[in-house]
Amino acid sequence: MKINIKSENGTAIAVLNGEIDHHTAKMLRTELDKFVITMQPDVLAIDFSGITFMDSSGIGLIIGRYKLVKECGGQLEIRSPQPYIRRMMVLSGVERIVKII
Amino acid sequence: MEILNEIKFTVPSLSVNESTARAVVSSFIVQADPTVEELSDIRTAVSEAVTNCIVHGYRNSQGNIEIVVRIMPNREIYIKIKDNGCGIADVQQAMQPLFTTAPEEERSGLGFSVMESFMDRLTVKSRVNKGTTVTMRKKLSVHGS
Ligand SMILES: Nc1ncnc2c1ncn2[C@@H]1O[C@H](COP(=O)(O)OP(=O)(O)OP(=O)(O)O)[C@@H](O)[C@H]1O
Ligand SMILES: [Mg+2]
Repeated sequence: MKINIKSENGTAIAVLNGEIDHHTAKMLRTELDKFVITMQPDVLAIDFSGITFMDSSGIGLIIGRYKLVKECGGQLEIRSPQPYIRRMMVLSGVERIVKII
Repeated sequence: MEILNEIKFTVPSLSVNESTARAVVSSFIVQADPTVEELSDIRTAVSEAVTNCIVHGYRNSQGNIEIVVRIMPNREIYIKIKDNGCGIADVQQAMQPLFTTAPEEERSGLGFSVMESFMDRLTVKSRVNKGTTVTMRKKLSVHGS
C-alpha cells in the first residue's frame, strides 16, 4: 500500500496504490488525518485509480475522512475508482454523500 | 455431493492475513474459470469474513482462522470461514445492514451485507464464547473462454 499526497492552492491530491482492507486502512487513516489536520486543505481529493481491491474497511475509511475534512472546513472528493471499486461505493451508499468523479 | 477439489488452511488472526486469505482463495478458484467480476466478488466476501474473525471474534485475543474452499459440480464454489472467538449473541441483529458493535473503529456494519450481495447464499452459525462459522456459496456463470 502506497500513499503520496501533493498540495496545490488549497487542493490536496492523495494518490493511493494497492489494496484497501482493515490491515492497510490503519496506515492510510494515520497519514491522511495527519495531513488534513496540519494542512487544512479546502479540497482533499483521493485518487483511487491505483486501488485494485477494497472491502468495507475502505468504506469506513472514506466516511471517517469525509467527517474529518468537513469538520476542518473542507470538502472530500473521490477520483477515478475502477468500476469494481465504484460498485462498493454505490452498494454502501457513500456515493450519496461523497462526490465521486 | 461430490467435491471436485478442496483446499483447507489455517492462519493466525493477524490483520496481514486478510490479504493472505484473499490471495490463497483466489489462486485456488482460478481453476474453475470465474469471470473477473466473480473473482472480485469472492475475494471481497472472503476479506469481509476473515476481517470479522480478526476484528470481532478475536477482539481481545488471538486465535486461528480456518478456511475451507471447495469446488463443487455445477460450477458452485463453497467457502467456510471459522473462528473460535467470542461468538455472536444475536446473529439476526448482527446481519442487519449498518449494525455494528465497533463504530468507534470506523466499522460501518456492512460486512454481512457485502457477503450477502456478492455471494448467492450466506449462512452464519455462532455460539457465544465458542466461535462463529460463516459459509457462503456462489455459482459461477457458464461462459466461453
Ligand atoms: N466472527 C465474528 N465474531 C464475533 N462477532 C462478529 C463476527 N462477525 C461479525 N460479528 C458481529 O456482527 C457485527 C456486524 O458485522 P459486519 O461485518 O456486518 O459489520 P462490521 O464488521 O461491524 O463493519 P464493517 O464490516 O462494515 O467494517 C459486528 O459489528 C460484530 O458485532
Ligand atoms: Mg465486518
